[in-house]
Amino acid sequence: MAPKTAARRMSGIPQPTARTTRKRDEDTGPDVGEGADEWTQAKTLLKPPDQLELTEAELKQEFTRILTANNPHAPQNIVRFSFKEGTYKPISFVDQLAVHFSLVGNMIPKDSDEGRRQNYRAEMTSESSQEDMEVQPSEAEGGEGGEGGKEGEPKEAESQGEVLAAEEVAEGEAEVEVEEVITPKKPTERKLTNQFNFNERASQTFNSPLRDRECQMEPPPRATFSATANQWEIYDAYMYELEKQEKTKEMEKSKGPVAKKTGMRTRRKMTSLESQSDDITKVTQAAKIVERMVNQNTYDDIAQDFKYYEDAADEYRDQEGTLLPLWKFQYDKAKRLAVTALCWNPRYKDLFAVGHGSYDFMKQNRGMLLLYTLKNPSFPEYIFSSECGIMCLDMHVNHPYLVAVGYYDGNVAIYNLKKPQSQPSYKSSAKLGKHSEPVWQVRWQKDDMDNNLNFFSVSSDGRIVSWTLVKNELMHTDIIKLNVEGTTTEGPEELNVYTIGCGTAFDFHKQIDYLFLVGTEEGKIYKCSKTYSSQFLDTFEAHNMAVDAVTWNPYHSKVFMSCSSDWTVKIWDHTIKKPMFVYDLNSAVGDIAWAPYSSTVFAAVTTDGKAHVFDLVINKYEAICNQPVVAKKKNKITHVQFNAIHPIIIVGDDRGQVTCLKLSPNLRKMPKDYQLGNSGGWNGEGRAEGREIKQGAISVGPGEKRNAERDSGKRREGRWLAWLSPASQNPTFFLPCPVQRACVPSSGS
Amino acid sequence: MGEEGKKDDADYKRLQTFPLVRHSDMPEEMRVETMELCVTACEKYSNNNESAAKMIKETMDKKFGSSWHVVIGEGFGFEITHEVKNLLYLYFGGTLAVCVWKCS
Repeated sequence: MAPKTAARRMSGIPQPTARTTRKRDEDTGPDVGEGADEWTQAKTLLKPPDQLELTEAELKQEFTRILTANNPHAPQNIVRFSFKEGTYKPISFVDQLAVHFSLVGNMIPKDSDEGRRQNYRAEMTSESSQEDMEVQPSEAEGGEGGEGGKEGEPKEAESQGEVLAAEEVAEGEAEVEVEEVITPKKPTERKLTNQFNFNERASQTFNSPLRDRECQMEPPPRATFSATANQWEIYDAYMYELEKQEKTKEMEKSKGPVAKKTGMRTRRKMTSLESQSDDITKVTQAAKIVERMVNQNTYDDIAQDFKYYEDAADEYRDQEGTLLPLWKFQYDKAKRLAVTALCWNPRYKDLFAVGHGSYDFMKQNRGMLLLYTLKNPSFPEYIFSSECGIMCLDMHVNHPYLVAVGYYDGNVAIYNLKKPQSQPSYKSSAKLGKHSEPVWQVRWQKDDMDNNLNFFSVSSDGRIVSWTLVKNELMHTDIIKLNVEGTTTEGPEELNVYTIGCGTAFDFHKQIDYLFLVGTEEGKIYKCSKTYSSQFLDTFEAHNMAVDAVTWNPYHSKVFMSCSSDWTVKIWDHTIKKPMFVYDLNSAVGDIAWAPYSSTVFAAVTTDGKAHVFDLVINKYEAICNQPVVAKKKNKITHVQFNAIHPIIIVGDDRGQVTCLKLSPNLRKMPKDYQLGNSGGWNGEGRAEGREIKQGAISVGPGEKRNAERDSGKRREGRWLAWLSPASQNPTFFLPCPVQRACVPSSGS
Repeated sequence: MGEEGKKDDADYKRLQTFPLVRHSDMPEEMRVETMELCVTACEKYSNNNESAAKMIKETMDKKFGSSWHVVIGEGFGFEITHEVKNLLYLYFGGTLAVCVWKCS
């Protein structure tokens, strides 16, 4: 009787639940509970008609069935025709799915299209039915209350109640349905406030105060500009500009010559200014003036001596004179470099050039060319340094800014003092036939026929070369080659090997243009002509050692002088092979120079640091001044030069120092104005002159005493004979009277 | 006369290739640079002043900051307000006037 119990159990269970529901949920409870009771009462077990009647044992019997995923009704051997292979082929895969039941539901997913549409519709309706919804609960309550009131009533109208209940159930169901539809949209609605414990509150905070800040910048400064541009204005502007340019060009052109004429001095300064940087050039002019002023103050006593001091002792010294040292010129960078050349500027009498180099074969390094002025003894006016020692220099007479220079390496060069650069303006090179040995002397010549500047140089390589400045280039011409006569040796195949004579000095005749003398290292002096390059006019066996200098007398055209390291100075007449005077100075003679003011005065300097001044008029045998002029005994004097107008000489030593010395009055006695009367009857100058000198030379010995007597008698006036040079009409050379006496008979005979 | 005139013209054209600064308050360096730029532009676009002006303007904007103005022409009058130290007025090539200024 299992079904029965089961039925009972089933009917028993709903009863309490119905009651509880009734209590709990009063709006549906009573009717449902009644319905449930009714249902259980009317319940009878229904059996399907084909149900087997089984006994207890049969019922207890257990049947084991295994459920598989295979469909037992599915066919196992389906074949299908394959057109590809032309045969029937079995199909292995058979559908095992069997559908036993299917029911179409009325639920729709929320996310589906339809669901959303429904949602939307509900929302639309909910808004309109919002008020109804709010009203409903009160109605429901009312209904409940009414029902609650009905609860206690007798069940007379049970049947009616059933109907009502059924109606209500239907209504409730409808309501539930409505609620179900509404619920999904509810969360989207704002939460309803609880009207019982709801309290609205509000507060306001302070607003942080606002403040305005502003600043104004000054606008960038502006300006207005207006103009009109048109063709004629542009044209005019350009024309004006062109004119201006042309004017400036002309100004520059015209400036050159004007300045040249008016202010050579300022120009000279300008050139030195240009060599410096621009910012300094503005003050150099002033600085230079101040420098000179300072120097003038510093060396004021020397300047006074130079101008006014005359050695009073000369009066009592019996013809002898002294040398008063004045300025000393020295430059730090040339301290160790011997003075190898000195030359006064022919135009600016206070300016002189000093060449620095070395006479030591082993110690050759650099050289310097410095130009000093007497106005500024402390610093050179121009400074040029060279890599090679300078051995000689000469300044051009007409172009006093051109300095020709000979180097130890055989080059010659021309420095232009106007140009600010420190390098020579023109320089020879190995291509241009430079000397292969040191250049010992250079000398400017008169401009040639094409008005080209030219100078000569003599070197140890035995060549005498004429250098011509053609279109900014140095062209060279060999004038003569010094071949030692009689020493040619016959080489093989009739090759003549000449022993080269080494030229060390030369000098050009003052009047006879072609004539010049060359001194050599062997001690010979050659008289040469520019026109004969192969042979010498004459040869003097002058010295036993190298000739250091040879120089023509500036007044007497036949007399020249030579000095040598063999301690001697010799005075010659170029027509006579033997010297007229020979002076032994007990030391190697470095240089000699004729005085510019008298034909008989000359100075010689020796390596023992002494300067010797001779005046042949006063003493033909000894120097009238014999004075050490260097500070240290070691220093050798190398060169000497007379100033053209001032009674001063400059001497240079091998320590780079140049000393200026003033000649005392006895040393610079000018010859008396020659008296025409005394030279009466003198016309055959050329012939007589030679003889005179010859006579003079011969008469040196016997005339010595008398001459000395006469000199000491201080009466020279009547005993001098002025020789008149036909070219210059000036007194040129004075010979002592014994000579004149000797000459008179000879000319008469 | 005609020939002479032509010759003169040719001479004039030949001579007047340099820029002629009529007015400028620029600093030296800037002026030189601007002048060179004007010359380059005018030579590059010798028959198109607009392109030349554009080139000058754009280059100047790049080099010296924005708001440059350039006028190039053979004949024009103007009155401009410019920032000081930023004006260059020059003639070029004998026929052109170029005015370059900055004003923002």
